[in-house]
Amino acid sequence: MTARMDNRFAALKAEGRPALITYFMGGDPDFETSLNIMKALPEAGADVIELGMPFSDPMADGPAIQMAGQRALKGGQTLSKTLELAKKFREGDNETPIVMMGYYNPIYVYGVEKFLDDAISAGIDGLIVVDLPPEMDDELCIPALAKGINFIRLATPTTDDKRLPAVLKNTSGFVYYVSMNGITGSALPDPSLVSGAVNRIKGHTKLPVCVGFGVKTADHARAIGAAADGVVVGSAIVAQIAGSLTKDGAAGPDTVASVSTLVRGLATGVRAARLVAAE
Amino acid sequence: MNQTPQPNSFRSGPDEDGRFGIFGGRFVAETLMPLILDLQGEWEKAKTDAAFQKELADLGAHYIGRPSPLYFAERLTAYLGGAKIYFKREELNHTGSHKINNCIGQILLAKRMGKTRIIAETGAGQHGVASATVAARFGFPCVVYMGATDVERQAPNVFRMKLLGAEVRPVTAGNGTLKDAMNEALRDWVTNVDDTYYLIGTAAGPHPYPEMVRDFQAVIGTEAREQILEAEGRLPDVVIAAVGGGSNAIGIFHPFLDDQGVKIVGVEAGGRGLQGEEHCASITAGSPGVLHGNRTYLLQDHDGQILEGHSISAGLDYPGIGPEHSWLHSIGRVEYVPIMDQEALDAFQVLTRLEGIIPALEPSHALAEVIKRAPKMGKDEIILMNLSGRGDKDIFTVGKILGMEL
Ligand SMILES: Cc1ncc(COP(=O)(O)O)c(C=O)c1O
Repeated sequence: MTARMDNRFAALKAEGRPALITYFMGGDPDFETSLNIMKALPEAGADVIELGMPFSDPMADGPAIQMAGQRALKGGQTLSKTLELAKKFREGDNETPIVMMGYYNPIYVYGVEKFLDDAISAGIDGLIVVDLPPEMDDELCIPALAKGINFIRLATPTTDDKRLPAVLKNTSGFVYYVSMNGITGSALPDPSLVSGAVNRIKGHTKLPVCVGFGVKTADHARAIGAAADGVVVGSAIVAQIAGSLTKDGAAGPDTVASVSTLVRGLATGVRAARLVAAE
Repeated sequence: MNQTPQPNSFRSGPDEDGRFGIFGGRFVAETLMPLILDLQGEWEKAKTDAAFQKELADLGAHYIGRPSPLYFAERLTAYLGGAKIYFKREELNHTGSHKINNCIGQILLAKRMGKTRIIAETGAGQHGVASATVAARFGFPCVVYMGATDVERQAPNVFRMKLLGAEVRPVTAGNGTLKDAMNEALRDWVTNVDDTYYLIGTAAGPHPYPEMVRDFQAVIGTEAREQILEAEGRLPDVVIAAVGGGSNAIGIFHPFLDDQGVKIVGVEAGGRGLQGEEHCASITAGSPGVLHGNRTYLLQDHDGQILEGHSISAGLDYPGIGPEHSWLHSIGRVEYVPIMDQEALDAFQVLTRLEGIIPALEPSHALAEVIKRAPKMGKDEIILMNLSGRGDKDIFTVGKILGMEL
């Protein structure tokens, strides 16, 4: 739907490798630092950016992302500041797709129409809203599609073949396959199970299928990327940020650099993914 | 209320998507969606299954001790000098509160669905105790999530749960109260989808929980309606209950909703006052939002972040309210009012001394509203109050506040 998203996946296809999709929490640990992290991601090898919107009650997230959200909220982050972050990033990068990810309530309270308008002007390409399943499409998905913003849906191991068509119906941009039943930050599942699931979903859609949950290292990224069109890394990045902070939770001297280093490693993983697959 | 068009019946909700007007719904992660659809299917079947209903009724009679008595509070009535006051004595149920009505119903569903593990969240610990009890009775392992703050202030119930064989997992996120326990229970459920049944303790959460819990608790109002007709030959003028998530309240309200002459009042926790953030009056001082699977009134800031709230009573310490209450408020059928910590404490002592009944701090809020209203009503008028639980669990909290040596 948005040119940035389609162009990026088309280019990756031509290149013959999966996308590296990196998640971080907007405003963690503060606005300026997270803007610098965001700016550093494409250069380190991120192909798509997932921009986390902090929420007080992240029901599907493990401790790493829960704490990132709490740090951001404590630092004064709000939904309008997260939009502002994207806008600032866009001043220097008009190619990397940005997907905002979070929970519905802050958007609902902001106002759906106003949020979508502001997201478009901030250069947002897609939305992932954890607590809006297809049964709730009238809330945000349909209005977003009408305005030209991708609505990226999560498919999970509990999404069986009967349910998949409903889940895929209004999905656009890409499909995010959550590789296990559980919260973010859990252990990596068996890559062979993941490739079976990806193929099952591909039987139902032409959209790129990206896989997340549990990917932490370049090796993981390579293994998961062998079957998927994209690999999502979240908790590992967020944990890297947490580990770089000072005792009182402020940005440390190498917060941005340490994220870059981690992402550079992950980028080598996705670049090696298909080589292994071809062996 | 004003021009809001009134429905033919106030008892027909929710619609098939779980909506009560704009409230309710199914705002859950995709992982959970197939599970709540399964549960809904099973619940639809159980509703009309005579064998299920019979088992429920038998356990109600012989395990819970239903019907619970309707009691005319003679001395309290004389003391207040106005309306006649009746209590629906849910505090006499097995385990000491109304929570067991819902737990028996849901454990039978869990059994039908072939689940092998029970999880629950709890605030006051009454739902945790009731869950641990039915888990013991039906032979399920049970994990109860409880905010760390509540573990401390409801210590007797923590001990009871452990005796019953449940594992109590303290939750330290947030303020360590009911909302945080519910988040953690949802995280457990998302992780253990195959074998686990999530036994929600109040009329909230995603559809079908608000409807299902209401239906299991409606036995309170159904019995009370018959009992008051028998005792007085007429319906009460006012029905009053305390509202945390809203299960005891909807349970007694629902059978009276279409009785036009019956005024219905829900009592929210006013905590230390509505000016700041130290209360749990979601309807009186909150606004609509989406949390824990449904749209409802919430305590939240301008950015949609949920506030922690405060109440002296752990069972009312929740920043939301069941979606059906939000709807009943929006159409003006039920009036919601706040009662402060201190008023509830005073009411607790009044009842203890005048009637020899130690109420839980939750229904003490409803009682404080009764104490306000009764003197202004005629002696021929009737108030029915849901005495949802007994106060054994609260004696240490109250003792500490009153400065008594324990
Ligand atoms: C005795 C008692 N009453 C009321 C409540 C509040 O819950 P609900 O609003 O679901 O009835 C609780 C909750 O723990 C309770 O223990």
